Amino acid sequence: MRLVVDLNRCQGYAQCVFLAPDVFALHGDEALLFSPRFDEAQRDRVEEAAAACPVQAILVDYSDEPTRGAEPHVG
Amino acid sequence: MSADADVEVLRREGRIVVVGASLAGLRAAETLRDKGFTGSLTMIGDEPYEPYDRPPLSKQALLGRARAEDTALPRRREIDAEWRLGVAAEGLDRQAKRVRLANRDTVPYDRLLITTGTRARPWIHPDEAALDGVFVLRTRDDSVRLDRKLAGSPSRVLVIGAGFTGSEVASACRERGLEVTVAERGPAPLVGALGGVIGAVADRLQRRKGVNLRCGISVTALEGDYAGRLRRAHLSDGSAIEAEVAVVSLGAIRNTDWLAGSGLAAGPRGIACDAGCRVFDVNGIVTDDIYAAGDVARSPHPLFDYQFLSLEHWGNAVEQAEIAAHNMICAGPDRRPHLWLPMFWSSQFGVNIKSVGVPSLGDQLVVAQGTLAEERFVAVYGYHGRVIAAASFDGAKWLGFYQQQIEAAAPFPPEYGTVDRRTETLEPVDPAFPDPHLPTHGPTVTLTGHSPSERRVEFVPSHA
Repeated sequence: MRLVVDLNRCQGYAQCVFLAPDVFALHGDEALLFSPRFDEAQRDRVEEAAAACPVQAILVDYSDEPTRGAEPHVG
Repeated sequence: MSADADVEVLRREGRIVVVGASLAGLRAAETLRDKGFTGSLTMIGDEPYEPYDRPPLSKQALLGRARAEDTALPRRREIDAEWRLGVAAEGLDRQAKRVRLANRDTVPYDRLLITTGTRARPWIHPDEAALDGVFVLRTRDDSVRLDRKLAGSPSRVLVIGAGFTGSEVASACRERGLEVTVAERGPAPLVGALGGVIGAVADRLQRRKGVNLRCGISVTALEGDYAGRLRRAHLSDGSAIEAEVAVVSLGAIRNTDWLAGSGLAAGPRGIACDAGCRVFDVNGIVTDDIYAAGDVARSPHPLFDYQFLSLEHWGNAVEQAEIAAHNMICAGPDRRPHLWLPMFWSSQFGVNIKSVGVPSLGDQLVVAQGTLAEERFVAVYGYHGRVIAAASFDGAKWLGFYQQQIEAAAPFPPEYGTVDRRTETLEPVDPAFPDPHLPTHGPTVTLTGHSPSERRVEFVPSHA
């Protein structure tokens, strides 16, 4: 599963960090670091985090349509 | 057939080609399908990978939080595209409405969207750039290679250029416990994007975190050993430093070379387009079948004297792509303007740096909240007596407010009271931007003049 955070929107409320600590972390007081790829096992937590984000900055995959011709993901 | 009927035919069975398969290209493709485009969609990209996110490459990917290979962008929807990846576009024939690829294939289009973005500016001497240990950082592959090299605990990393990317690399190296020297030609880090007053804060921050920061200095030569490995760098003050790794962070070059001879207004500062993302030709006549979006585009903005802005910003790529996609398949009166307010972020040395507006247009600056000394503040930039930009260090929650102030052309200095204001009266100071004719390194806003072909700023590489 892929995700991205719009860090222009992010204001460091850190709700995602509480809800999915394996995927989101604060670096210092305010800067958010996220894991752009996460395991299926984290899916519920990440979706909860996306829903709870006060500024709705988290975008999670809506489609797993294959990208034909792309070099496959390794590992 | 009326023009409106043409648009209906285009939406139903037209051929749209997107050159540049990164953030802007992907979001444009999704928007086209969202808006009901059912024709054929071709995505052309010079890298062999599906669209991926670049900001993590200098942050998470160097901090061990994520692998550069894992930065593929999430999809908003299915786009049913034909992907032509790993092959660059090499030319454009506007008469025949065809894109020529590096493998000699040609791809015909009814509407073309150009989202070719930028590439890292390479080190000026190609033979030195080829030394083992000399890196740039722009792509997934760059990040993988740099991360692997840093994992080998090099004795010292030299970062050339203290713009945002260079500063983020230096930050990651310090967190990894590596010795870092940063060489910056300007008087302070981030000076091109935020000016010397804020640059001085970044300067203190870097030194406090253990960076050996050398400002007002340029690297004149990189020297290798007998086996072609980087061993030292020579500086403009006559000194030299030993380093196993050099990360060249001298900003970006817009990928417009492939448009040479196409007759479009494309050059080193980007591709000129109108506020509706339609590309100009060299005569200043707007085309109606070619659009541009993202880092490669430059377009006029009413809030900033209608100057053509070129923006290397993540948010701009998304927004401009959506506008371009909408306008590509709409009749004239339904088209929308791209009036995005420039906005970006950087995280480095544990501090969240954000900016909104165009700081480099500012002729005055006040610290409206917090203090520079605490490295936690909001600085507001004024231009001709109105608020034109704001920048924050760990103050992101306030920027939405200043965004409204900029959009409303609120008076400067600000007349309202603010939270965490430390002085009775706000004393405006000169924000201390360097001469705009001198090159700067940070991914930020570039004012590129009032005409489609004008170029005010030109990069002049320093020679040894």
